[in-house]
Amino acid sequence: MNIVVCIKQVPNTNEIKINPETGTLIRDGVPSIMNPDDKGGLEMALRLKDQYGANVTVITMGPPQADAILREAFAMGADRAILLTDRKFAGADTLATSYALAGAIKTLDYDLIIAGRQAIDGDTAQVAPEMAEHLGLPQVSYTVDLKYNNGLCLVKKETEEGYQMLEVPTPCVLTVLAIANQPRYMSVKGIMEAFDKEVEIWTADKIDVDPNRLGLKGSPTRVKKSFTKPQKSPGQVYEVDAEEAVGIIISKLKEKFII
Amino acid sequence: MDFGFSKREELFLQMIREFAENEVKPLAAEVDEQERFPMETVEKMAKIGIMGIPVPVEYGGQGGTNQMYSMAVEELSRVCATTGVIVSAHTSLCINPILEYGTEEQKMKYVPKLAAGEWIGAFGLTEPNAGTDAAMQQTTAVLDGDEWVLNGTKIFITNAGYAHVYVVMAMTNKEMGTRGISAFIVEKGTPGFSIGKKEKKMGIRGSATCELIFENCRIPKENLLGEQGKGFKIAMNTLNGGRIGIAAQALGIAQGALDETVKYTKERKQFGRAISAFQNTQFQLANLDAKIQAARLLVREASYNKDMHKPYAVEAARCKLFAAETAMEVTTKAVQFHGGYGYTREYPVERMMRDAKITEIYEGTSEVQRMVIAGNLFK
Repeated sequence: MNIVVCIKQVPNTNEIKINPETGTLIRDGVPSIMNPDDKGGLEMALRLKDQYGANVTVITMGPPQADAILREAFAMGADRAILLTDRKFAGADTLATSYALAGAIKTLDYDLIIAGRQAIDGDTAQVAPEMAEHLGLPQVSYTVDLKYNNGLCLVKKETEEGYQMLEVPTPCVLTVLAIANQPRYMSVKGIMEAFDKEVEIWTADKIDVDPNRLGLKGSPTRVKKSFTKPQKSPGQVYEVDAEEAVGIIISKLKEKFII
Repeated sequence: MDFGFSKREELFLQMIREFAENEVKPLAAEVDEQERFPMETVEKMAKIGIMGIPVPVEYGGQGGTNQMYSMAVEELSRVCATTGVIVSAHTSLCINPILEYGTEEQKMKYVPKLAAGEWIGAFGLTEPNAGTDAAMQQTTAVLDGDEWVLNGTKIFITNAGYAHVYVVMAMTNKEMGTRGISAFIVEKGTPGFSIGKKEKKMGIRGSATCELIFENCRIPKENLLGEQGKGFKIAMNTLNGGRIGIAAQALGIAQGALDETVKYTKERKQFGRAISAFQNTQFQLANLDAKIQAARLLVREASYNKDMHKPYAVEAARCKLFAAETAMEVTTKAVQFHGGYGYTREYPVERMMRDAKITEIYEGTSEVQRMVIAGNLFK
């Protein structure tokens, strides 16, 4: 089985601070990590590999520094790594990103494509579903568990109300939540070998795409304004039983003329 | 020598830190309190290769460097010194002499299982009357047909009881003095070999420290490690390597105590402000930070020399001396900065101070390290 896993390098948002004067993110010195949902997706692929044997290819689009997460993926057990990097990809929104990724994946052999649900720096959850559309593949988002049987994926999908169990034939695209599993640690041997393996560098010319649909040119999204969410006051905590709580809530809502 | 980390070392550091934070730190207080050997941690470490970092791949190891091994002991000890010394004694004191002095058969028999963490290793040199004066070995080994017969007692043996493989020194010819000492490999379960009393210690309380008792213990002739009469040299060279591991352990304890103190002094308010705002706090912690980094560079230098197959005995003595004394100073001051809370088991610095003390004692006391360094000055 050939599995392609899409991963992204993101700033560790737990360590990001906001400049109080400009309201912008201070990214300097913030460590970059493999996006947590993507790591969950990679772990899911590696478990299939452990169980059934598979060839796991990781792919990312980003600047040359994104090499670091591909090495990490090697050290966890990935077999092949591709870095899509080119100035022509710069400024891509989710549409142009998903289009470029689809253009690259099209040239690979795959039975299953796994991606994280969303990246912690953008939180759109759009790239993998759009990619599935570009590739004309069935997709299941919000995957928390996967069983594979002879070309069929039995997928447990999280919804707001609970779970759905879905059966989907391969090839297909799954997006995975970080809570789906506990990703393995890199092994020491994996780390030693990670730097002896080749990370394949693919530019725009190498993949099957229309250059006009790449990067900023191919991105219809325009950011009108960005701002920091105003901080809420800490509020007041009442430790009371439910009945008394209802009374307090109603009187507070009345006080503010909400009801 | 490069002072920074290579990309490979950076990735390794990321892994070992994550592992230490998530798997080792949560158990540290309990392991200390209950004097419990953290077997579950050893199993987890085995799975990802931490029990055989600097061991060549052809012997089932990870093919890593001594530099990475030191980094691992440091990061583990930063959160739990017990875990650090389990790895250090296993790797430096058991795997290392077998790799260095073993026959091909011995290496193939013992190293792959040790490096995989399937077996744990230990080392027996110290005796009731042979501490710093290690040449005063009273344990004897007499050749009887195809077997060596061992008699005697070793004390303060790290990993004892949990270890499967013991590198043990014994006198094979009393008249020859240090040249009459030989090294042997003894397996757990060999008739006549038993584990004696377990020590109740001040620190590293989760690490098993016991007596080894040999009563007409018969081991095969081929379990002689290295040449007959070369045991003292083997032991001393093994300890040279071990000292780098203990220095890394001391360094980790010191860094862990500083981390805790920085965190605490930012939170703790007295006289209307965080105690980190007082210049006394800042200057004292700055001094400790500088000493820790100096200790780290000494450890890196010794590890580098070992990796490059350059002499490292003096470098190992220097880094162990300095890192151990730094650990004692940093942890003592860390408790002081925590005040009354630091004296309680609510905060980890109390444990760290108890753990630090042993690094000035085992694998050569600070006095022995000074002897080694001075010996080089006045040679």
